[in-house]
Amino acid sequence: MATMMAERNRRETANGMIAAAADPSTNPDVVIDCQLEQVHYGGFLAVRDSHVQIQKGRITGFIGPSGCGKSTVLRSLNRMNDLIRGFRLQGQVRFHGTDVYSRNVDPVAVRRHIGMVFQQPNPFSMSIFDNVAFGLRLNRFKGNMAERVERALRQAALWDEVKDKMKHSGLSLSGGQQQRLCIARAVATEPAVLLMDEPCSALDPIATRRIEELMVQLKQQYTIAIVTHNMQQAQRVADVTAFFSVDITRGSRTGYLVESGPTKQVFESPAETLTKEYVSGQFS
Amino acid sequence: MIELTGGSRAGSVSAPPTRWDYFADRAFRGAARGAAWLIVLLLAFLLYSIGAKAWVGMRTHGVGFLIGSTWDVGRQQFGILPHIWGTLYSSLLALTIGGFFGVVMAIFLTQDFLPPRLAQVFRVIVELLAAIPSVVYGLWGLFVVVPAMRPIADALHAHFGFIPLFGSTLSGPGMAPAALVLAIMILPTVAAVSQDALRLVPYKVKEAAYGLGTTRWEAILKVMLPAASTGIFGALVLGFGRALGETMALAMLIGNSNQISLSLFSPGNTLAALLALNFPEAGAREVQVLMFAALVLLSITLIVNVIGDLIMARSARRAGARA
Amino acid sequence: MNGRAAAGASEIPGVARLERSPFQGRALRSLVLTGGVWLAALIAGVPLVSVLYLLIVRGGSRLSLEALTALPPAGFEMGGGFGNAIAGTVVMVGIAGLISVPLGVVAAVFLAELSPLSRLSRAARFAAKTLTGLPSVLAGVFAYAVVVLTTGSYSAPAGGLALAVLMIPIVVLTAEEAIRAVPRITRDAAYGMGCTRTQVACKVLLPTALPGILTGVMLAVARAAGETAPLLFTALFSSYWLFDGGHPHLMQPTASLAVLIYNFSGMPFENQIELAWAASLVLVSMVLVINVVSRLIGRPRT
Repeated sequence: MATMMAERNRRETANGMIAAAADPSTNPDVVIDCQLEQVHYGGFLAVRDSHVQIQKGRITGFIGPSGCGKSTVLRSLNRMNDLIRGFRLQGQVRFHGTDVYSRNVDPVAVRRHIGMVFQQPNPFSMSIFDNVAFGLRLNRFKGNMAERVERALRQAALWDEVKDKMKHSGLSLSGGQQQRLCIARAVATEPAVLLMDEPCSALDPIATRRIEELMVQLKQQYTIAIVTHNMQQAQRVADVTAFFSVDITRGSRTGYLVESGPTKQVFESPAETLTKEYVSGQFS
Repeated sequence: MIELTGGSRAGSVSAPPTRWDYFADRAFRGAARGAAWLIVLLLAFLLYSIGAKAWVGMRTHGVGFLIGSTWDVGRQQFGILPHIWGTLYSSLLALTIGGFFGVVMAIFLTQDFLPPRLAQVFRVIVELLAAIPSVVYGLWGLFVVVPAMRPIADALHAHFGFIPLFGSTLSGPGMAPAALVLAIMILPTVAAVSQDALRLVPYKVKEAAYGLGTTRWEAILKVMLPAASTGIFGALVLGFGRALGETMALAMLIGNSNQISLSLFSPGNTLAALLALNFPEAGAREVQVLMFAALVLLSITLIVNVIGDLIMARSARRAGARA
Repeated sequence: MNGRAAAGASEIPGVARLERSPFQGRALRSLVLTGGVWLAALIAGVPLVSVLYLLIVRGGSRLSLEALTALPPAGFEMGGGFGNAIAGTVVMVGIAGLISVPLGVVAAVFLAELSPLSRLSRAARFAAKTLTGLPSVLAGVFAYAVVVLTTGSYSAPAGGLALAVLMIPIVVLTAEEAIRAVPRITRDAAYGMGCTRTQVACKVLLPTALPGILTGVMLAVARAAGETAPLLFTALFSSYWLFDGGHPHLMQPTASLAVLIYNFSGMPFENQIELAWAASLVLVSMVLVINVVSRLIGRPRT
């Protein structure tokens, strides 16, 4: 009991230190400051006590064993969890200072600024051009559509492969190409943040590699948060890593943030024993 | 509404939804809700408009209407017992034939008797049977079924006339040709729903039967059919409901005579045919009575169809639990 | 064959015979039943073949340009056609479609996406399912009470409303199914892009579900085109054209193929009966073509 409390104190202090170092009111580099106290699906407590910060121009990776709530936390950032019945969030998610869960913020507006790429590639059943232009039209972009579409496809490293078949259906592409199309669709409007929920888990290793290279390039222009169950991917790609784990002490599986920090530090000299055990492969 | 800014991204196109977007959203969602309401109100209004007018007829004629047998406009004497009889009898006859063939077709199409391509062809044939309009079936019945049936009917009547089923001659339209055509019309319904029921049976059930060494037919009769029995029963009920409501083919083939008879070859009448034939020429008084008859028809078909749907829902639940 | 099987048995005493004769016991029963089922399937195909055969032979022989464009003949007249009936069917099915398709599709969006679990949705679904089982003559009774009695005359819109009552449930239920069939991940993508619920429905769900919705609409249209009873006392019949002198006369009795077939089939005149067959051929062709096309459209896009 005493050790558990000591553990908790240490963790909170660690979180607190990181929080102090990256206090949003003083640090313009924090795009999203996510302080979750409790996240419920109906009666089930999915996530507790997790304070994560998404820093500008960096890739933040969420890692951890299955069921640790990393996807839930990611999807809470752009209020995608609102679509799930029984979802309740206690805490704050501050996007450039504004709590996106406050009563007078429209979730639809939030999602215009925070884009998302999903685990399964999900292009719309329309032409490649229309897929990429979808966001531009949605946001009532009045400029040169074709130019922006090409730019987005180039950023997604897809332009050369599809420039001659822009009218073909998005669904006619291979899995890896579809996922890059989804990335192009998401970055076409140049959102402030790009969230990626295990974007490579449905793809083969070659396609995965291409997308990892893509992410490193995208980092120059976008702020990215990525959930991955592949530790090595996080090491390759992420600048900041947040490690989540599962707490079974309360009778059900509740996820929580164990520690977060620069990737090198989390993997090579983590503060928590649990982290050390995870990154050395002792459990997954 | 707090305006979310995109922060410092210069080239960002991200913009919150415009006022038009919000307005269109509210308008469309309101319209969708209204449309859903309209559907509920359509049913309610339909029940009301028939019921309200029927009420007048009910008050005037009472229960006698349901058990009377004459239809005399001049003397304002109306009775729909022969029509109720005709509706039920024709539908039951149709169910025995059409139901049997429908279930057999369902077995034929789902139990690997045919290569998939050929099975699809037969499936399409059955669906095309359903697409043919009722009035065309009536026409075909008049000029093909009735003449073809007549010699058989006469022979049956001559030799077995003592059995009430064959108690009269087929002078033209009658119960038998009507029921036969009706059977053809409900066969696709029974076949389609039964196919769904058979497909819902998990493959492992069939595997288990074959694993024990049954022949194909033993597997079908002793294992598959019982497993799908709820669904097949539902198919039969729904087919029955369809037969009850069928109008035109019956109006053309049943003979429009207000008799109650067990004989397959005597003419009869049905509620739907009554409505179809009398409504165009009906005066105000007769309209009330016809509305009463319409209410009776509506009640019967409603009950049968609701029962059928409940059975199908039960069958789906069972399948879900089993899977 | 029996000899061979018996030899097998005597070779290995105690082991059951694996070879079987197709004419014994269970195998024989199975064979007979299979034969029976084939026979039944073929018998079930006979009506369709017979109907199509007669349509083509008797109907085809009377089909001509005149039949398609002329007005219906009176009692003892020769010649004539059912041009106005074709026009009337098209107009009334068109009216029915204009009412039922927007109403049905928008309601389907409500049922499938906006509020699938609410009481209103459950009630609407129940109402639609109940209405699918409605005897078609009752749709006519309803339209009679609502339109004919209030406007005082038989008319095309009355017939159109009766047909709409039959079409609405089909459109609603098939459209709802088609919208539900759109994969969850596609829906998520649309929400993720920041679409309002209406935008998700109109920009993504409906276009993706369009093939399924079109199939439902076409099936409903095919059904409505073939219906007779609802038109018998709403649109009645007419031997004249809908369009006269340049503008349509909608508020008067209107001809339709189905009612024409019904009326003519009972007449003692050979000419009319032949025309009934020809009209049946035209009607069934229309219905079958719509059915086949709807099937082709309904194939999901790869």
